[in-house]
Amino acid sequence: MKKFWLSLTVSLMALAGLSGCNAITVLNPKGPQAEIQSDTIIFSMYVMAGILLIVYVLFIYMIVKYRAKNQPINYEPPYIKGNKWLEIIWTAIPIMIVIVLSVVTVKTTFQVESTPAGHENDEPLVIYAASSNWKWHFSYPEQGIETVNYVNIPTDRAVEFKLYSYGPITSFWIPQLAGQKYAMSDMVTTLHLAANEEGDYFGRNANFSGEGFAQMEFICEAMSEDDFNEWVNEVQTTADPLTEDEFDQLLDTEYMGIATYSSTHLDFRPAPVWPFHQPEEDGDSNTGTDGHNH
Amino acid sequence: MKWDEFFVTGDPLIYGAMVSIVVVSLAILITLAVTKRFGWLWNEWLTTVDHKRIGIMYILAALLMLFRGGVDALMMRLQLATPDMTFLASQHYNEVFSTHGTIMILFMAMPFVLGMMNIVVPLQIGARDVAFPVLNAISFWLFFAGAMLFNLSFIIGGSPDAGWSAYFPLASNEFSASVGHNYYSIALQLSGLGTLMTGINFIVTIIKMRAPGMKLWKMPMFTWATLITCIIILFAFPAFTVALAQMMFDRLFGTQFFSMSNGGMDMLWANNFWIWGHPEVYIVILPAFGIFSDVISTFARRNIYGYKSMVFSMFAISILSFLVWAHHFYTMGHSAAVNNVFSIATMAIAVPTGIKIFNWLFTLYKGKIVFPTAMLYSLAFIPIFTIGGVTGVMLAMASADYQYHNTMFLVAHFHYVLIPGTVFGMLAGVYYWFPKIFGFRLNEKIGKISFWLIAIFFNVTFLPLFYLGLDGMARRMYTYSEATGYGPLNLVSSIGAIFLATGFALIFYNVIYSMLKSPRDLHADPWDGRTLEWSIPSPAPFYNFAVTPTVQSEEPLWDYKKKGIPIYRDKIKPIHMPSNSGKPVIMGVLFFLWGFCMVFSWWIPSIIFGAAVFIVMATRSFERDDGYHVPVDEVIATENMLRGENQ
Amino acid sequence: MKVDTSLPLEYSTEENRLKIFGFWLFLGAEIALFSMLFGTYFTLLNGTGNGPTAQEIFELKPVIVETLVLLTSSFTCGLAVHSMRLNFKKPMMTFFIITMCLGLVFLGVEILEFVTYIGEGATMQTSGFLSSLFMLLGTHGAHVTFGLFWGLCILIQVVREGFTARTANKFFIYSLYWHFLDVVWIFIFSFVYLKGMI
Repeated sequence: MKKFWLSLTVSLMALAGLSGCNAITVLNPKGPQAEIQSDTIIFSMYVMAGILLIVYVLFIYMIVKYRAKNQPINYEPPYIKGNKWLEIIWTAIPIMIVIVLSVVTVKTTFQVESTPAGHENDEPLVIYAASSNWKWHFSYPEQGIETVNYVNIPTDRAVEFKLYSYGPITSFWIPQLAGQKYAMSDMVTTLHLAANEEGDYFGRNANFSGEGFAQMEFICEAMSEDDFNEWVNEVQTTADPLTEDEFDQLLDTEYMGIATYSSTHLDFRPAPVWPFHQPEEDGDSNTGTDGHNH
Repeated sequence: MKWDEFFVTGDPLIYGAMVSIVVVSLAILITLAVTKRFGWLWNEWLTTVDHKRIGIMYILAALLMLFRGGVDALMMRLQLATPDMTFLASQHYNEVFSTHGTIMILFMAMPFVLGMMNIVVPLQIGARDVAFPVLNAISFWLFFAGAMLFNLSFIIGGSPDAGWSAYFPLASNEFSASVGHNYYSIALQLSGLGTLMTGINFIVTIIKMRAPGMKLWKMPMFTWATLITCIIILFAFPAFTVALAQMMFDRLFGTQFFSMSNGGMDMLWANNFWIWGHPEVYIVILPAFGIFSDVISTFARRNIYGYKSMVFSMFAISILSFLVWAHHFYTMGHSAAVNNVFSIATMAIAVPTGIKIFNWLFTLYKGKIVFPTAMLYSLAFIPIFTIGGVTGVMLAMASADYQYHNTMFLVAHFHYVLIPGTVFGMLAGVYYWFPKIFGFRLNEKIGKISFWLIAIFFNVTFLPLFYLGLDGMARRMYTYSEATGYGPLNLVSSIGAIFLATGFALIFYNVIYSMLKSPRDLHADPWDGRTLEWSIPSPAPFYNFAVTPTVQSEEPLWDYKKKGIPIYRDKIKPIHMPSNSGKPVIMGVLFFLWGFCMVFSWWIPSIIFGAAVFIVMATRSFERDDGYHVPVDEVIATENMLRGENQ
Repeated sequence: MKVDTSLPLEYSTEENRLKIFGFWLFLGAEIALFSMLFGTYFTLLNGTGNGPTAQEIFELKPVIVETLVLLTSSFTCGLAVHSMRLNFKKPMMTFFIITMCLGLVFLGVEILEFVTYIGEGATMQTSGFLSSLFMLLGTHGAHVTFGLFWGLCILIQVVREGFTARTANKFFIYSLYWHFLDVVWIFIFSFVYLKGMI
């Protein structure tokens, strides 16, 4: 049973390492959403470790105690149909565990899918993040600025990323701030997050999207509100505006470094609208005709 | 299309593969020619309708594909062994992981499972063949045509490169310009049709052809697993048929199902794919569960603990398997409420699975456990698979899944389910039933060495991936930089993969070694078995049962051995058997040619081959073939030969 | 071969019973297949892109003809089975031929319908909605087409051999198939055409 001990020790080591140490990206959260997820993960790990322990103890007991070597030669195993009570126990306990986990899941899923706790009353900062080929475009409609492959956000303020894609499905992920959300070509999805601490956070596309997928990374810098406003001001005054031609060229570019503009592509190329619903604002860009089946 | 675009060019690895394919094919042809075996090949194998031989062919194909998929896996692990490795270019890596996934699920796991069903189920229920033997052969040749077509893609035209789940729009013509995904849609369609027909075939076989006295509640556990699996196949595979047809139409005929404009919807593909894709996971795992039950019960020398709850939990799993598909894309932007429903449904699967784990553990209780290789795989399954199971529950929690999704954590999870589940199950089955089919055992010593290699280094290979996933390493990345810090654990994983591969290579070696060296003096019941298949001679005669058995409990042979309850009460009568047919293999070839022409949009030849398929079907309709009868003398002679010499 | 004379001819042998049961299972798979096609159709119903909507292209007249023809063919198919049970070879063949002719008419009207759509610029390539519509109708139409060829094979065998356990079984299974296509059509008629036109 060498294999067994090995796997047990390694998994225990991994577990011990995970719960204590801060080196693991996902378990080292820097924002309320990622914190909820990290807590959920660690909680579930303890539950799972408990389950593993029970199974492993039973398993070792059975294979040691009842191996043929440890039995008399003429021992004849009995016919045992089952045991009602035992079976009820090992049905009921998993059901209870699943119920507990379900409660946790429902609660936390609603939490991470809404404005981060503590910021419910603030006006969130809205940033549109669109992927094309193997890069990310970030548009700040309020501020009227746009960046490529990097995004700056203020700390302690709710941020709403509006995601969509000019091509294959991509997945927007800043592991230390929040979990993933897909960016798709025919609708806009929303990711809520906030950062507690200033710093550079690693972000990437997590969903395979073709040849340059591995390089499709960006940096999210969280800075104080003042620094953020200063940066916005600077961009508004110094950077060039983004023209439609330039944006088309950008879309065609496969890989690039970072770039900054003092206007957004949303003005001439609005985000896609879910095709099967009437758009909220501009009606003519929509293709759906909901009204025909009355 | 120009001819220099027809073949995949420019990569020495692929040239090597081309040369080796040509050499191996020539070697096989020459060997057959020299030994004058073409007639034998045609009469005994290609035209066979014997379920045991079809099963053997399925498993041979599965082993071949295991090799192919395994080489893919090693190439990936080599590329990821250290940061910034340049062994494979991005495009090549993408093709390799796409084909690895597709081949391992559809052309390795599936034929392995179907092969086991073919070999074992009729023997376990006391039938002489399946309900529709010719259809069974057609199923096999459809699968085989699909498998060969898919494998052709890497030398002719280019392989699929959008992952095994082939998400649109990435798999559309716009983003995947080679014919790779044409191959995908057509090859999988062919083998999928074969699987659907096998599903129907085995439901009919199990429901209608059981030995007298074998009530449903007296069936061996593997037969139960097969029945439930086939019910899942019956309802899941049509969904795949539709999804693949839509993919084919989008790519070949310019329809707009999944396009980015004109009212197409990329999410539709994900839904249609996983409506089949999730039940598919249980299609490959439930038969393994059945095998574990039978093997553990045999070698613990005990009856299965909680027989009925074992069956009920399989039914529960099969129903739930259709209700959880959206957990593959929690992050696709549905509301939290929708995600929660799918979360809870997914976690609910843990309950019946847990019941099964405890039942297996309690089958060991008060047993007298012996540890041949088949039992080692079955026992190792419990602790390793449980890790896969509990991480599955973790992944099921939607809020946490936003962090695991698309990472190495997920990769580790499904390998922890599929390898100890399906692969260990099938290997246990091979070691267990091998003597019944071939009349000799696989070598136990080599078997045990390879088992320990596989069981230990499986963990070395895949355990680090959990950690890497939590550290933010996305799956399907062909390279990573040193700054990420993913290097050391990836290296550990890659080293593990080499030893894991060695373990698998030893299995191939064991088959050849045992063919040459293993003693042939085997009697009917080498493992002290409990079910019907161990009451007939080894190797099983082509008619399986000289006399129709009569059954009184779920362990008829055990009852016979311990209580003297007879199984065979009738006299030998002439046995009716189906005749061989060349039509299935011809149809397989025609389907292959049809598919190949479709891949390259050669319409006229594809119409001709398509029509030819229907013509063969029509001739089959007119065929009057009532099979033949094996005379009593021949049955007695065969029985005496098999039992007399070998007992 | 054991023949059980207490059962109708098509059920009389073990092999026949297996085939009928197997075919019922196959129809179960067909239900799953058509459910997926319907599901896709409903999902993409509003995905009309720049193409026409259901309301703009559907016409009542051909659809009514198709429906009446197919429903009648199902009825005559039932009569053919009844005749077979009574061992009336000529009436059975007459009803069978009527069934197939009606199937042919259905197919002709459906092809005309498709040609009209395409003439109006509503092709399979126009929009997601039309792709799903053509695939749903086309799959049903392909089943009818296959049924016609299959029926022809069976008809020839009935002419040659009369009613035997083999031919009776084939025709009975064929009738199951034909009724199933009718049921699918009723769903198409109600949930595609009627719903689309209102």
